[in-house]
Amino acid sequence: MTAIDTPITEDHSAEHDVPAKLYGLIGEFDNVTDIIAAANTAREAGYKKMDVHSPFPIHGIDDAIGIKQTILPWIVLFMGLSGMTTGLLLTTYTMADWLPQPGFVPENFEGYTFLISGKPLVSLAAFIPVIFELTIMFSAYTAVFAMFLLNKLPLLSNPLLKSERFRRATDDRFFLAIDARDGSFDAHKTADLLRNMHGCLAVELIDDD
Amino acid sequence: MAAIHPGTQIPSVETDNTLDDPCRRAPLVTGGLDFTGVTDAVAKSAISRPTLLWWVLFAITGPMALGFFTMIGYLFVTGTGIWGNNQPVAWGFPIVNFVFWVGIGHAGTLISAILFLFRQNWRTSINRFAEAMTIFAVVCAGIFPGIHVGRPWLAYWLFPFPNQMAMWPQFRSPLLWDVFAVGTYASVSLLFWYTGMVPDIATLRDKAQSRIGQIFYGFLSLGWTGSARHWHRFERAYILLAALCTPLVLSVHSVVSFDFAVAQMPGWHTTVFPPYFVAGAIYGGFAMVLTLAIPCRVWLGLEHIITMRHIINCAKVMLGTGMIVCYAYSLEFFTAWYSGHHFEQFVFRNRPLGNHYLGFWMMVFCNCVGPQVLWIKKVRENVWGIMWAAMCVNIGMWFERYVIVTTSLSRDFLPGSWAQFVPTWVDVVMFTLSFGLFGSLFLLFLKLLPTIAMAEVKTVMPAAHAHGHGHDDGDADHGQDPQPHVEGA
Repeated sequence: MTAIDTPITEDHSAEHDVPAKLYGLIGEFDNVTDIIAAANTAREAGYKKMDVHSPFPIHGIDDAIGIKQTILPWIVLFMGLSGMTTGLLLTTYTMADWLPQPGFVPENFEGYTFLISGKPLVSLAAFIPVIFELTIMFSAYTAVFAMFLLNKLPLLSNPLLKSERFRRATDDRFFLAIDARDGSFDAHKTADLLRNMHGCLAVELIDDD
Repeated sequence: MAAIHPGTQIPSVETDNTLDDPCRRAPLVTGGLDFTGVTDAVAKSAISRPTLLWWVLFAITGPMALGFFTMIGYLFVTGTGIWGNNQPVAWGFPIVNFVFWVGIGHAGTLISAILFLFRQNWRTSINRFAEAMTIFAVVCAGIFPGIHVGRPWLAYWLFPFPNQMAMWPQFRSPLLWDVFAVGTYASVSLLFWYTGMVPDIATLRDKAQSRIGQIFYGFLSLGWTGSARHWHRFERAYILLAALCTPLVLSVHSVVSFDFAVAQMPGWHTTVFPPYFVAGAIYGGFAMVLTLAIPCRVWLGLEHIITMRHIINCAKVMLGTGMIVCYAYSLEFFTAWYSGHHFEQFVFRNRPLGNHYLGFWMMVFCNCVGPQVLWIKKVRENVWGIMWAAMCVNIGMWFERYVIVTTSLSRDFLPGSWAQFVPTWVDVVMFTLSFGLFGSLFLLFLKLLPTIAMAEVKTVMPAAHAHGHGHDDGDADHGQDPQPHVEGA
């Protein structure tokens, strides 16, 4: 446990020990109260490129590290409307004989005029289930795939995942990660800040190779 | 609080959380489990070797599943004549089984989506389970209409796609609606299930000891790190999915009921069918949830997470939806009488007294009589009592669909076309073996994947909420803090 008392300034003096490519620093906490307080402290200290890693979503963390509302719902709304349009066109265009058939539309898309018991070819009421299901299908697929893409996932290799300590981020520990690309980042000063936070159990330097 | 460190969890060690005290919320996780306790309890079965009991059960369900596919092969090379279906009962077992299985799936979505929107926090312990059940039930459900089409190699004609015949499906047909409804339902449920599971698979990745396990879970977890920014979008996506799945699940069984209700057949052509089918689906689904949860919570040692209170809540939902179903049964009889419609009245006289009276009375006993024991608190608090009710419903809901399909088709408008429906051995065996497929998939799920939504369970534990301590509250416990230490990477 020698590392406990070793100040980071000695461990990684700026000249030789700090790896050339840094990912950032992580501070470990064991409860929600401390991690929120830590995130607030870091934000007040001027850090912007930081993140909290936790085993479950924490109430109030968005404000603490300044997360803006995601645009995901708008994307989902847009794709839901696209799904509705697709359903409407699919059912109507393929059935109706009175819609324009421009040259670029393949012939097999043209009105099939499926006449059943003399019912109108475009029977909107009967098309509603198809339109509805396509609306839901487009929106739900978008909600999932857009969420993962906005999160830049899948990202199977991540410097954080190399840290043995960080494995508990999916179990019972909470990590405040400060990105080395942040303007205010300084391996020693930032480490000091993290270490002096209430409830900080450990600070670890993550290199990016 | 002075003596308690802000990080200290004040665990609830009580094991009985079934009492209703309006002054406080009953704990959802008992037995003094903390975050790690939850992780370990759930991850244990996934990262350790399968138990003997697991192998024994899999040795039963695995061959059954293989047998199911063998029977499908037999059907393909022989033709649908090996079933009891014929004119006029052209639907027979395959459609009965389809409705039965797809109905079971509904409880999973109800728990994961509708109870989520209603902020029913107790759902977190059972939703993963129930969603898995949904997926596997829908897998079984999808097979039956697929092999029922007669020329299954042309089943792809069900989908709308531009083809050389310039032919399109009939968008006004409830059977085509079914393709869209069940297709959407199956794929969206799968996505919902998988999305919710990603953070928990990441937990398994970090807990796994073996290299293969780390790679397997690492791949499936997509590199999830529990980032707050990710959680923010994740929660947004999750609530959107829940909001989308809620109308979806209600639409699916409504569309299934349209298969019947849009037809002119007496006994089918009623407007009560969509709500009646949805209630029946949830009824049957909760029975299956209980059938699976009651043994599994003991077997996997999850009694502190799936507590007795969860089981009782499910039993209450089952009892409630059961009352809707029984009301719908009586309403059907009333409507038949009130309609003054000769054929309608005949069908409803024929159900209790006619050629399929046994099925009808099985349905009434299993759905309307047997589960009523749950009104008694003592029975509701006893797993055997709940199991009895759930088993009744499992059987009764199958008979409900059997009664709907066979009584109307075998006694339609023209007495000249009446015929008795008699299932063949293939019908019975195929239905039985479909449970093997369901069971195998469920056992694989229990072994390989996180059976409980760990991340969600952790959010409903008291320790998941900040206590309002600032970072600089220099009270007495400060000195107990472990020394921060620094380590190079």
